[in-house]
This record gives sequence, C-alpha cells and structure tokens, in this order.
Amino acid sequence: MALLQISEPGQSTAPHEHRLAAGIDLGTTNSLVATVRSGQADTLPDASGRHLLPSVVHYRSGEDPRVGEEAWSGASGDPMNTIISVKRLMGRGVADVTAKDAHLPYEFLQGKPGMPLLRTAGGDVSPVEISAEILRTLKARAEESLGGELEGVVVTVPAYFDEAQRQATKDAGRLAGLNVMRLLNEPTAAAVAYGLDHAAEGVVAIYDLGGGTFDISILRLNKGVFEVMATGGDSALGGDDMDRVIAAWIREQAGIGEDVDPMLMRRLLHDARAAKETLTDQDEVSLRVSLTGAEEWTGTLTRERFDQLIGSLVEKTLSPCRRALRDAGLRSRDVSEIVMVGGSTRVPLVREQVSRFFGRELLVDIDPDKVVAIGAAIQADILAGNRSDDEMLLLDVIPLSLGLETMGGLVEKIIPRNTTIPVARAQEFTTFKDGQTAMSLHVVQGERDRVSDCRSLARFELQGIPPMTAGAARIRVSFQVDADGLLNVEAQEQVSGVQSSIEVKPSYGLTDPEIEAMLKDSMDHAQDDMNARRLREHQVEADRVLEALSSALAEDGDRLLTDEERAVVDEAARVLAQTRQGSDYRAIKRAQEQVEQASADFVARRMDASIRKAMAGHRIEDFE
Amino acid sequence: MRCSGRRIDREDNGFSEADMAITLTEAAANQVRKFLDNRGKGVGLRLGVRTSGCSGMAYVIEFADEIEDDDQVFEAHGVKVIVNPKSLLYLDGTELDFGREGLNEGFKFNNPNVKDECGCGESFNI
Repeated sequence: MALLQISEPGQSTAPHEHRLAAGIDLGTTNSLVATVRSGQADTLPDASGRHLLPSVVHYRSGEDPRVGEEAWSGASGDPMNTIISVKRLMGRGVADVTAKDAHLPYEFLQGKPGMPLLRTAGGDVSPVEISAEILRTLKARAEESLGGELEGVVVTVPAYFDEAQRQATKDAGRLAGLNVMRLLNEPTAAAVAYGLDHAAEGVVAIYDLGGGTFDISILRLNKGVFEVMATGGDSALGGDDMDRVIAAWIREQAGIGEDVDPMLMRRLLHDARAAKETLTDQDEVSLRVSLTGAEEWTGTLTRERFDQLIGSLVEKTLSPCRRALRDAGLRSRDVSEIVMVGGSTRVPLVREQVSRFFGRELLVDIDPDKVVAIGAAIQADILAGNRSDDEMLLLDVIPLSLGLETMGGLVEKIIPRNTTIPVARAQEFTTFKDGQTAMSLHVVQGERDRVSDCRSLARFELQGIPPMTAGAARIRVSFQVDADGLLNVEAQEQVSGVQSSIEVKPSYGLTDPEIEAMLKDSMDHAQDDMNARRLREHQVEADRVLEALSSALAEDGDRLLTDEERAVVDEAARVLAQTRQGSDYRAIKRAQEQVEQASADFVARRMDASIRKAMAGHRIEDFE
Repeated sequence: MRCSGRRIDREDNGFSEADMAITLTEAAANQVRKFLDNRGKGVGLRLGVRTSGCSGMAYVIEFADEIEDDDQVFEAHGVKVIVNPKSLLYLDGTELDFGREGLNEGFKFNNPNVKDECGCGESFNI
C-alpha cells in the first residue's frame, strides 16, 4: 500500500506521477538531504535516525567506497584513502590546491588540464567523483524515504563559488544520476527556509558558523530576488577550533604536557566537543578524563570559563561581519533580519555576541544544521511544480562580473555582478588589424580591470572573418547565463555570419584567487586599476597609430614623401614605439601627438591623392 | 471512463448521509494537525476520489482552504475532514491512518469499499 502525502488544494497528481524533489546541502563537513512532504520541509534521516551525513568518503581497493559515518569509523587509521572536506577542492587547479593546502595528506596527480586527481586505494579520483559519492548516498536515502525516483534536486553552493566551482558541483550531481534543476546560494537557501523571500524588500545577514568554516553574507531582497551584496568569512574558523581550545584547557588542568599522544588527544577532543554541546543549555559540565594507566582527572567547566576560552574565536567572526557591511555600504542597523546557520551558532556566546553586534534578535527557530537543506527543498518543490502558480520563482544573481579580454589585457565587463539570472547580453567588437581573419576570445570573471587579476574561464577562437580594414568587421559576442549560473558565450561576425561558441566547462581553475579576496581587491586597488587601464589604453592607441602609419608608409611613403620628410616621420614613430614600452601614459600621449603632427602633411597628401583618384574621369557636376 | 455507470445511487444503497462517516486514527490526526499548523492556514483536510490511475479510482488528499456548500464535514481528534458527497460514496467507512515503512512515511486509506487495488495501492476499484 502506497503511503500518500497531503497536496496543496488542486495540486494532487495522478497516481505514479508524483514529482518527487529534494534539496541537498553539500557541505564541507556534513551533508544533508531534505524534502517537502505534506507541505512541510524537513531533512531526511538514515535508517539509524541520523540526519547529518559526514562528507567523508573512504576508498578501498576492490570494494565500493564507503560514505559518511561508516567511512569515518572504518578509516581513522587510513587517512590517505579517507577523503574529508572535498568541497574545498571543488573546481580548483592542482597547483592551487597543493600550494594552499600543504597540510592535506592526499597524493595528487596532474589530471586533465588543471583538474586535480587524488590517488587512492580505489583508484584515481577527482573531487567531482568524490562529491558524487556523497550525493549518491543522499539520493538513495531520499528515494527510499519517498518511495520513488527523484524527479529533480536543488543543490546549494557558497555564495562566493565561481563558475568553475559551480560547474564542478553540477557535474558531481549529474555523475550521481541526479537531475540538478538548479544550484542555489547557501545564504539564499537559509533565507528561503525562513520565508524571507515573501517579504517585499529588506537586507538580510546570514551568519554561518560551521565546524571548520565561517561565512557571512549580506543579501538584499528586491522584488523577490536576493542579491548578494557582500560576502566574507574565514575558511579556517569554526566549532572545531572551540573543541581545540577546550581540549587544551583540559590538558593544562590535568597537568598533561603539550606532547600528547594522538590517541589521548582524540579522546580529549571528543570530550571537549561533548562538553561544548552540554554547555549549550547547562551552566556547567563535569569532566572525567582517564589518563595513562589507572590515573583519572575530574573537573568542572563552567559556562563562564567556556565563554572566556572561546571569546577571541567568537570575536574573530565579527571583523568579517564588519568588513562585509562596509563592502555592502551598510550599517548594522540597516540589516532587518539575521539568519543563524551552522551547528556552532547553538553556542550561547555566539548568539549573544552576534545579536549585540547587529543590535537585533536573531532567527534561530530552525535547526541551524538543517536550515540550508530545508530552503533548498522548498525551492526544489517549487521547481518541480508542486506548488500553486502564485508562489514566486526565486531568482538568483551572478556573483562576480563576467567579461571578455580586450586589447592590452583589459577586461570589458559584459554582465555585471548581481545581475539576476537567467540573462543574455551582447556587445559588438571589431578587428584591430587590417585583414585580420581570426579573433581570439578570452572569457574572464572578476571585478578587476586587468585580465591578469581576474579568473580565466575559457578561451576560444572565431575564425573565417573575411579580410577587411581594421575596425570594419562587426563581431557580436553574446553571453548567456542559464538559471544555474552556467555560461554560454557565442561570437558571430555580422557581415559573413561566421560564428563560434563555447560552453563554459571551465578548466577547473588554473589560478584560483579566493573570490572574496578578489572582491576586496577590486576595492582596494581601484586607483591602481584606473592607472593601469589608462596606461594600457594609451599603449593600445599608440599601437593602432603605429600600425596604421606603417601600412600607409608602405603603400605611399616613397611616392608622397621626400627622404627628409620620411626621416622626420620615421623618427617620431621610433620615439613613440620606444615610449610605448614605458609606463608613463602622459609621455605616450605626447609622443603620439608628435607622430600625428609629423605625419600631418603626409596624411593630407594621401587624402588628396585618394580624392584625385576617386574623381578621375568624373566632372565636378557628378559630385554635386 | 472506466467508472461511468458505477455511480451508486444514495437511496438505493440504503444509506442516508447522516449514517456515513470517515475517521482518522489518532496518529493521522496528529500529523494533519502538525502539517496544518506548519502551513499556517487551512480549515482542514480534504479527502476525495477521482477517476484515473491504473485501476479505476485514485485517492485525493489535500489541504482545504474552504468548505463548499455541498461538502460533508467530519471531525476526528479535533481535525476537520472535508469530503464532497460524490467522493463520500466511495470513501464511506474509511479510516485514514499514518504510518511508516522503512524510511518512507505517509498516509494510508483503509477503505472497506475497495474490491481490488492496483499493486501500488494508489488507485482502486469498488
């Protein structure tokens, strides 16, 4: 006998046509799956009643990998083959990963361009494949719980994830056999869980303190769309740090030296974590730690002492909050709602400090571990078509501007950040040289003015442009971003119709400066960027003048100029070519004016010559 | 339509509407109350049948935002169950239960009128 769920009025589906949908929070430490049943969104537990699935995969030779709790328990002695925190590797290049995470025990292989592969007992695996294992486990749990196949899912990603990281996440979903209807920003999902998308407008802060990461996001709700105004955080700060300071305190109190054997340290961390959790709703906790042999230490940790121990850690989360507000151009009192996400926001001191910082009550009613998955489930339910039509479809925005490299290594932004998606924008470009038949297009993402400071997403070439004079070709480049934030770029020459396009299947990041750092950089370096842009623009202009002059000289130089005149023009051109190498844009401008002056007569004579040529054989009347 | 001509005439059937009833188990009532609270609106639970599915009739189970003039309203453990008169003929005597099977959970119709079900139990014949 099938088990039925309550539908919205008039939304009952025919038997066997239920549109089962789920939301997945693919986290760094833990992952969850949630769904809407009988109008209520909730996370789904496994057979043992556990909602959180540790984001851990243990690879074994000749057997299927184990995922979650099993991977943990079976694998404490096999760190090389036990992959944790794979989310930190998603969409990143191998050079980038090894440089930044020197402490990772895994063995990396150079894979496809830029994509890291990890060598494990179960074979070489990519971060995408590892994430797919986690997703596969959640898919199985959801399908067992719902009694049918999932029609589609919504997977959440951090707001600062770039195209490469989003594409990697989507690929992992596809690999796990999921239809990923949409990727949703984690802070947006948390806001949706609280129904904040139903408000007319307002500014929402999402404070997300997990086990090992801290994120603050400032969103602005405008006509049902959440714009990401600013993000910030600390990728190495979380509840695990609290456990470490408590463990260190226990160690000191128990008179154990700093040189603790790993087994005891693991026990201390375990006890520390339990003590932290107890102190959420009790004022003190008694501790009993068995030391070497029959020795034992007992003691009491009060809430007061605990608060002192973790005070600086909590304080550390507030400076990114301050910075994010500043980046968003807001004051704390402009924030109308504060959503608390992540298990560590259960700690009373955290709530107290954050509430004081924003001067407001916090939203804490929904379990902070589950709130992101719940928001994703609500969005998935809407996308699968289980809600009445008047429920607005939540739109998302582009986190960082998308653009194209133009001459001189500068970025022309085509779609500015915070544009709602889906979106399509086009812009016309032209050729730089006479007879140019191909154009190389370089797609970049970022807020800075120079290509080298942005993230490279893709390169492709438009070939077969008919030879024309420089500037005559009209090449229309269109950027299209679908509802998942994935990009398609197309270039078409308007006269001949030749075209070329690329789907941004990024090379998974060659250099991967943190996106948040990129945002901050763009503000810190605004002046540098302006100077660099001015210099490059003058250099490009100088090149254009020199190019045009040299082709004109080749054509008519001998015929229209005396040797003396030619020497003057050549000298001015030489000076410009030399000055152009320098970094003084004013000098380049002056040298260019010199060239124009020196060649003014030559240009005038060419003009006369071409007019004479055009008029040859005609009478004056013909032109009247 | 496979079920046309099967419509049961009320008088001929020997029932009067007053005798007819639909009940909820306590577990079902608790869940419905919880879902209604969570939804934040709605007057009760609408149960019904419609023709479709692999075996003739299919159950409808929806939140009710309003009660129509023709509707029959029953109350079980403090939850209003709303049924239109046509559906009631197929559902009379039904007890709605809430249960679990492994990880799956949901509502179950225990309907004495059912002669046979399709294997899945989502549709039935009387």
